[in-house]
Amino acid sequence: MDVARNDAPAAPPLTELKHKHLLGIADLSAEEIVLILDTAEAMKEVGRRTIKKVPTLRGRTVINLFFEPSTRTRTSFEIAEKRLSADTLNVAIASSSVVKGETLVDTAMNLEAMSPSMIVLRHASSGACHLLSRICKAAIVNAGDGMHEHPTQALLDAFTIRERKGKLKGLKVAIVGDLLHSRVLRSNVLLLTKLGAEVWVCAPATLIPVGMQQMGVRVTTNVDEAVEGADVIMMLRMQLERMQGGYFPSLREYFTTFGMTEARVKRAKPDAIIMHPGPINRGVEIASEVADGSASVILDQVANGVAVRMAVLYLLAGGTEHETVA
Amino acid sequence: MPVVMDAERISRALTRIAHEILEHNRGLSDLALVGVRSRGVPIAQRIADDLRKISGEEIGVGALDITLYRDDIMGASAGIKPLVRKTEIPFSIDGRTIVLVDDVLYTGRTTRAALDALTDFGRPKSIQLVALVDRGHRELPIKADYVGKNVPTSRQESVQVKLRELDGIDEVVLQGKA
Repeated sequence: MDVARNDAPAAPPLTELKHKHLLGIADLSAEEIVLILDTAEAMKEVGRRTIKKVPTLRGRTVINLFFEPSTRTRTSFEIAEKRLSADTLNVAIASSSVVKGETLVDTAMNLEAMSPSMIVLRHASSGACHLLSRICKAAIVNAGDGMHEHPTQALLDAFTIRERKGKLKGLKVAIVGDLLHSRVLRSNVLLLTKLGAEVWVCAPATLIPVGMQQMGVRVTTNVDEAVEGADVIMMLRMQLERMQGGYFPSLREYFTTFGMTEARVKRAKPDAIIMHPGPINRGVEIASEVADGSASVILDQVANGVAVRMAVLYLLAGGTEHETVA
Repeated sequence: MPVVMDAERISRALTRIAHEILEHNRGLSDLALVGVRSRGVPIAQRIADDLRKISGEEIGVGALDITLYRDDIMGASAGIKPLVRKTEIPFSIDGRTIVLVDDVLYTGRTTRAALDALTDFGRPKSIQLVALVDRGHRELPIKADYVGKNVPTSRQESVQVKLRELDGIDEVVLQGKA
């Protein structure tokens, strides 16, 4: 389907996201994705006001539970929550009972006992959000679980592409970098293919996950082929902290073979945009001139993240407090 | 389905309201119109057109989406939500007389939300209210300054305003209980 902007004048007054939680892009239909993106456009306008706050989530408590380090995502969620007037608090794992050996489930059950409306969870284990969604009454928002999904990142990427290109359908999107360890990759591939983009992925053979071909994308180890004629180049970070060595000879060699340089960008369309979910490793997956160049939308992605997360929180919130939804 | 206003009556009512706005405010300097989405926006645009024809002055028109200020959305069952649309007010409302325009005035809760929303955009000199139809049953102490037509209704009935710009036809229909 085409990603038409939902400006239809006689638009239906009610819309529905048929999920209590946002666990991954895998669960969302193309229509639901477009609903989130359209809602985010209205939310972006709130961010341009002098008073960047609306009363929508007044009296709702949102807990940001982050078991992994994060600057962008946690800050972005917190700003989104505050702009919607939710009461928000952050549980930093270094100062929590997790260091005393408490399990994820016990931590969640104890937080749950204090009646939050939503829990935004980041965890190193794939499936951690699904686990909590089965035991918590609060709505669970996945802020990145292991190597599984990072749905709000894919949504803000799609929002940024749509903002620049007016559509997603038919665009050639080249995703280059550490595919194996990337939850951003998985969420983006799911989303972009649902909305009709032509997705190419590129990495050294050691960093291509098994089954990649079955996800409806073109797979290559030749970065020039991936980038040729692309509308969007999306770079992924080398997740050195998740690697126990041996995936490629050296960072220097990786940059030479796969790094995004100005010369390589020239193979893409003249109006191609460069994206990166951050944090960037300058001189590893991307040259500084490219990251800071005029085609780069890396900081737009960060700005749009707040609007997209506001849209997700708005659409998931609701129901009487602690209503049980099957 | 009785038609309580046809295209001609709507047009005459809006022209009369334009004259009333002009008379009441003794001129149009520092005056701007803000329509409440969806149907308040084309109505505000038409009043602005009438005001221009009468006075020759160009009046600013903004669009206000009040969804994020509503008092009933979080009570709805989870997931079902009104669609949020963009608020577009391309001028400063500080110190201006703002004429808020809505299609139907009923409980007054939409107007309450609109007043809260406007307050977040600045500090107008005053706010006046236009309703094409006032159907009664107020739940808040809110009153329109300019009314197209008073339509006595029961709570079981619904008033539907259809506009050329959005619905292809100009009419106001009163739908009774089945």
